Amino acid sequence: MLEIECPWCGSRDQDEFSYGGEAHIVRPLSPENLNDREWGDYLFFRDNKKGQHAEQWCHSAGCRRWFNVIRDTVSYRIVSVYRSGDSPSGDPS
Amino acid sequence: MKKDRYSVFSLARNAVNYHQDWAEAWRSPEPAGEYDVIVVGGGGHGLATAYYLASEHNVGRVALLEKGWIGGGNTGRNTTIVRSNYLWDESAHLYEKSLKLWEGLSQELNFNVMFSQRGVMNLGHTLQDMRDIYRRSNANRLNGIDSEILLPDQIKEIVPAMNISGDTRYPVLGASYQPRGGVARHDAVAWGYARAADSSGVDIIQNCEVTGIRQESGSVRGVETNRGYIGAKKVAVVVAGHASVLAEMGGFRLPVESHPLQALVSEPLKPVLDTVVMSNAVHGYVSQSDKGELVIGAGIDAYTGYGQRGSFSIIEGNVAAIVELFPVFSRVRMLRQWGGIVDVCPDACPIISKTPVDGLYFNCGWGTGGFKATPGSGWVFAHTVANDEPHPLNAAFELDRFYSGALIDEHGAAGVAH
Amino acid sequence: MSGARRLSRGGLIDRSRSIRFRFNGKTYTGHPGDTLASALLAQGVRLFGRSFKYHRPRGIVGAGAEEPNALVQVGEAGYSTPNLRATQVELYEGLSAQTVNGWPSLKHDVGAINSMFSRILPAGFYYKTFMWPRSAWMRYEHFIRKAAGLGRTPEFPDPDIYDKRHIHCDVLIVGAGPSGLIAALTAARSGARVILADEQAQFGGSLLSASSTIGGTRAVDWVKKIVDELRTFPEVKLLNRSTVVGYFDHNFLTINSRRTHHLASGDSDPRMSRERLWRVRAGEVVLATGAIERPLVFDGNDLPGVMLSSAVTTYIRRYGVAPGRTGVVFTNNDSGYQAAIDMAWAGMKVVAIVDSRRSPGASVARETEALGIPVYKGHVISSARSGSEGLNRVELSRWSKSTGELTAHKGMIDCQILALSGGLSPVVHLHSQSGAKPVFDSRVAAFLPGASVQKERSVGGCNGTFDLGDCLREGVQGALAAANARGFSATGVDIPATDHRQHAPIEALWEVPANILDGGRTKKFVDYQNDATASDIRLAAREGYRSIEHVKRYTALGFGTDQGKLGNINGLAILGKALNKEPGDVGTTTFRPNYTPVTFGAIAGRNLGPELFDPVRKTAIHPWHVKRGALFENVGQWKRPWYYPRSGESMSDAVNRECLATRDSVGVLDASTLGKIDIQGPDAAELLNRIYTNGWTNLLPGRCRYGFMLGEDGMVMDDGVTTCIAPDHYLMTTTTGGAAAVMGWMERWLQTEWPDLQVYLTSVTDQWSVMSVAGPQSRAVLHAAGCDVELDSESFPFMSMREGKIGGVSSRISRISFSGELAFEISVNANYGMTLWQTIMDAGRAYDITPYGTEAMHVLRAEKGYVIVGQDTDGSVTPNDLGMDWIVSKNKDFIGKRSLFRADTLRSNRKQLVGLLTDNSKTVLPEGAQLVNSPQQSRPVPMMGHVSSSYYSASLGRSIALALVKGGRTRMGSTIFAQLMDDQIVPAVIVDPVFYDPENQRSKS
Repeated sequence: MLEIECPWCGSRDQDEFSYGGEAHIVRPLSPENLNDREWGDYLFFRDNKKGQHAEQWCHSAGCRRWFNVIRDTVSYRIVSVYRSGDSPSGDPS
Repeated sequence: MKKDRYSVFSLARNAVNYHQDWAEAWRSPEPAGEYDVIVVGGGGHGLATAYYLASEHNVGRVALLEKGWIGGGNTGRNTTIVRSNYLWDESAHLYEKSLKLWEGLSQELNFNVMFSQRGVMNLGHTLQDMRDIYRRSNANRLNGIDSEILLPDQIKEIVPAMNISGDTRYPVLGASYQPRGGVARHDAVAWGYARAADSSGVDIIQNCEVTGIRQESGSVRGVETNRGYIGAKKVAVVVAGHASVLAEMGGFRLPVESHPLQALVSEPLKPVLDTVVMSNAVHGYVSQSDKGELVIGAGIDAYTGYGQRGSFSIIEGNVAAIVELFPVFSRVRMLRQWGGIVDVCPDACPIISKTPVDGLYFNCGWGTGGFKATPGSGWVFAHTVANDEPHPLNAAFELDRFYSGALIDEHGAAGVAH
Repeated sequence: MSGARRLSRGGLIDRSRSIRFRFNGKTYTGHPGDTLASALLAQGVRLFGRSFKYHRPRGIVGAGAEEPNALVQVGEAGYSTPNLRATQVELYEGLSAQTVNGWPSLKHDVGAINSMFSRILPAGFYYKTFMWPRSAWMRYEHFIRKAAGLGRTPEFPDPDIYDKRHIHCDVLIVGAGPSGLIAALTAARSGARVILADEQAQFGGSLLSASSTIGGTRAVDWVKKIVDELRTFPEVKLLNRSTVVGYFDHNFLTINSRRTHHLASGDSDPRMSRERLWRVRAGEVVLATGAIERPLVFDGNDLPGVMLSSAVTTYIRRYGVAPGRTGVVFTNNDSGYQAAIDMAWAGMKVVAIVDSRRSPGASVARETEALGIPVYKGHVISSARSGSEGLNRVELSRWSKSTGELTAHKGMIDCQILALSGGLSPVVHLHSQSGAKPVFDSRVAAFLPGASVQKERSVGGCNGTFDLGDCLREGVQGALAAANARGFSATGVDIPATDHRQHAPIEALWEVPANILDGGRTKKFVDYQNDATASDIRLAAREGYRSIEHVKRYTALGFGTDQGKLGNINGLAILGKALNKEPGDVGTTTFRPNYTPVTFGAIAGRNLGPELFDPVRKTAIHPWHVKRGALFENVGQWKRPWYYPRSGESMSDAVNRECLATRDSVGVLDASTLGKIDIQGPDAAELLNRIYTNGWTNLLPGRCRYGFMLGEDGMVMDDGVTTCIAPDHYLMTTTTGGAAAVMGWMERWLQTEWPDLQVYLTSVTDQWSVMSVAGPQSRAVLHAAGCDVELDSESFPFMSMREGKIGGVSSRISRISFSGELAFEISVNANYGMTLWQTIMDAGRAYDITPYGTEAMHVLRAEKGYVIVGQDTDGSVTPNDLGMDWIVSKNKDFIGKRSLFRADTLRSNRKQLVGLLTDNSKTVLPEGAQLVNSPQQSRPVPMMGHVSSSYYSASLGRSIALALVKGGRTRMGSTIFAQLMDDQIVPAVIVDPVFYDPENQRSKS
């Protein structure tokens, strides 16, 4: 049971949040210019990182804001939490 | 590598000197410098792959590398449900091949995997569930897969402990029922395949972790391991939750995400549940092990996780669903819970495929439902590796479908969870 | 007199009062303070169960959570509870218990025949047999299942309730033994918010059985003093009968409190929960969970009468029960001597202390010598034998530690009780659950906590510290560190004086060697409940099962309801010996929740039943529907009226009537459940443009438009009508089930991908009541209801919205239609929903206005060929598949557009939406029916598609269906066959999916 520090509301139980998968996957600006392979990569293929993973969470039962978390997917330790558009802080090691 | 056959007679014979003379079920050889095929991953799927490679295909020397102990991942952590009542033709044929192999597996392996065809019931709780059930069952029938549709009274006859009254949040409206489905002893599947693969000449090398995949000009050459480099003409990777980690070693990515999946058991009880009951709508499935424990599972945790641990809230929802369906289980006690790591594909169907690297093959993405597929998965993967092209049964499960869009979406079909 | 074995003095029981209870049909008495186990031991009962595999008779081994044998079914009917440990069941008046195994009776158990065949039933035997004939396993399994299992499932639903509480604290202290108590006091004095939880009824842990003193007072008095002070702190929560069962990520722990187990069923308030599950988020955790003694492994070590030495002490000191007349102690460490001292104190004849070491500690040696108890150093018990009532003698042998063999037999010793001490295993379960790895320490011959990975620390026995003074010191230090970490400055607590004893170290003895002549015949049990023996472990190793996980699974070691609390470490060490490894190198298994079993009901809590399993959403008009006898359909969390049967009407009667009334006159549907999202801001139209497949920039205020939403994979995700209220203000409707997902979907795109768009979204689903008045007379009804908006088509055309008043209630009225009729959808503040509904019903009376439910709604829309997302689509359907290319803009990008141009989505033989007309107009195809080109008996039959919607249309006087068929649009007029579940074959002609008013004249009229 994770405890996640919402950048707007503070620490809350995991049950208040919803998970959005890998962060920093930017939607292509001109999808029509991509071939099937490039589009498929954007749609489905993921790093699925074992270790430090940048991911999106939404405080869906709270402020409903999306933000980013760097979390270790093995220990589940949260290394850093930052708002969309910001850069991660904290110990990246 | 020749072994005594297991039977009641060999048991009696060995009893004479207190079982001092049983041969080891499989050897623990040192890795050779090179193999024709290396299978990476010693779960049920990997062991089955190695077994069928060695016993049905003429591929030369085969080794299986396992980073821990065989059967220690999802094979030993699942809820052991076996069924083939999938909606789409591609899935149905693949899982039915697997079910047919299950039906003769104890005899083929000379190892009792305790395949118990006690039936699998998928409950429907909404009108849409019932439409989906008819659609899936009808498709199963036409695909030659046994399937029946049960009304609540018929369900009650098979599962007297279930509450089929309207006095629940989502009353049971009916179910699909596959009598040939059931459960098996998960550890025995790994051990049985290991013993049989070993007999067929496969080197099963435990505590051997692959740390790199060596390639030259787009072709695989071998694997780096914590026990040194091992050469190989072909490398077949079947490592479930760690598929992406191995893919990264191969220099590509996969359309999978790894998630925790939890399960739990109750304390042992006298027989009270003679079939497998699954409900997608209220998120739970349950069967009773031969030892008497209720074996219970639910859905995955939403987040990516390699920790073999999940959230307690999933367990709470799961147990509530089971007690809602079976109010008489309320005073029964939960003994133990655990988690595995499942690699989930966007369409809830596996990848059994060649890869961008020649001679490197991946079998992954089974999500929450891999156990039932163990024999079939190994069988088609062995074919794919041996012939460098998929068997018709797994042709639809290539990686390319994520580019072409030819997904086999089992999500919409309510036939997904285990 | 409560029993032959009850002492006249000592213990924490109340001898002045008696409690009557029943066990296996016989009536007994005990005292307040007794457990079921202690009361029965006091009566001389020795047989408590039969083992799992061999059905060997078994007695009490322990005194708490570690007990593997004495499992009982307690209570009757709905109150019946399986598999409770007699050692943890507190006695109450009228308690009724039965042992869970033994048929027909515990004493004469038919299954004991397995014991005779035990020679051919080694570990894993079932993997090697029962394979022939191929079909036979199901038969074998039937008998195996019957023989297995422990208690019985209750036959009736649970009459009790359970609850949960969420709680935060600075310091959670687990265990209220000496270390935990003093830790709690230390933390409490610092001002921290503290929870102290202990599984027993009384705080004190091992001190409840102690004969020693603390600070010059009796240990139990010291406990009382500490607890009394703890009660004075408002921020301290004391939880007894409360087991910390789970340690999850981020310092989240679960505590299971048993609130009424100790009460007779009439004694508790029926409104009180039977159990409570605390969901704790702890700042810091101090584990003070103590240690559990290990048995020693030798031939016959499972006989009734063989007990842990700590349990012997507990029964004597805490419960005032001498478990037998004569006793022997067998130990490899100093702690076993205490049982001898206690047995002597209880007046038992202590025949011998058998110590496998050559030199015991000075203190215990002195004390036992003073009592005149013979001590056999460098000896072992090599075998135990039974009479009709369990253990009656043991075999004494000398052994050589260096060769590991017996060197001389010293004869048999008569005794009823054999107290075993194989060393103490720290309870590292929660530490392990937290993700840390315990490490083997040969100094204590056990696993100790390793490096913490969460905010926890272990003190006292669970940290391998067994001296009382040291435990107290660690408790203080641990609590200080925890409180400091939470920002509290604590000063500490003075450590009271304790008896100091000079200890000699334990010398590990994992398995007593067998007499060579006995060969493989011996049965040395490692796991009592599952009958896993030392030879089973060696057999596993010999057969190649060498990982401890393999061995556990092959032999079932540690898989009992005690989860290996007694046997796991012995088993690990025996495996180590077989593999020539140190126990620490064999590894340990990961402990998983729960520490002890937890009632399912407590985990489910209150989230059960028709109201609370999942939230129920009802519209403002719901009571009216109930009053009119509507049947309801669950749609998402909503209750929607399905149809409104009149007396004597079948479902089809009712649905036909509702449909005809709507087509012929006027019907009304409660559409409040549709999702509604208020969209405001200068970029609102741009958002719609990106989310919907069609264009939105030219929609004028007061106009409505239907839209499709796709996933990025190009598949239809949701649909609905969106209305332009002002250039910067839109109201979107979604499907009932999809509302929350669509809201989240748009929010996510806005926040993560398009933060430059100025748009604000508000879910207003519950704020509006919506009713759809449909049918040729709908206009007249609105007039009659006092609508102040011009309703003629000229001033109020189809697909537009007007604001006005109906019967004085401010309304938004939209001319949109899902039925294909002239229709007005009226939205009002939900507080006025019921009023307006009533107004409409009153106004419509002259036109026989008919409320219709979701079933009639489905029929009406299917007649028009309108799809329902989720019924006619399944996540694999594109707009083109539905024949709705007209809704897909060519001129702009939108979510999912690129996916429509992939190889597979451009395929010509995709499944396409068509209509079906069965040859027999009365035949209604089952929804979900599969369609084939040529029906056949052989399998597989190639399938062309399936029926997604199918109804009898009263308006058309025949059945209709919608289906998805491969290349369907190119097959108009051809026949296809439904080959049904019962193999009935139904021919049908493929037709256009619009069956009714294809020109849309009615809705625009």
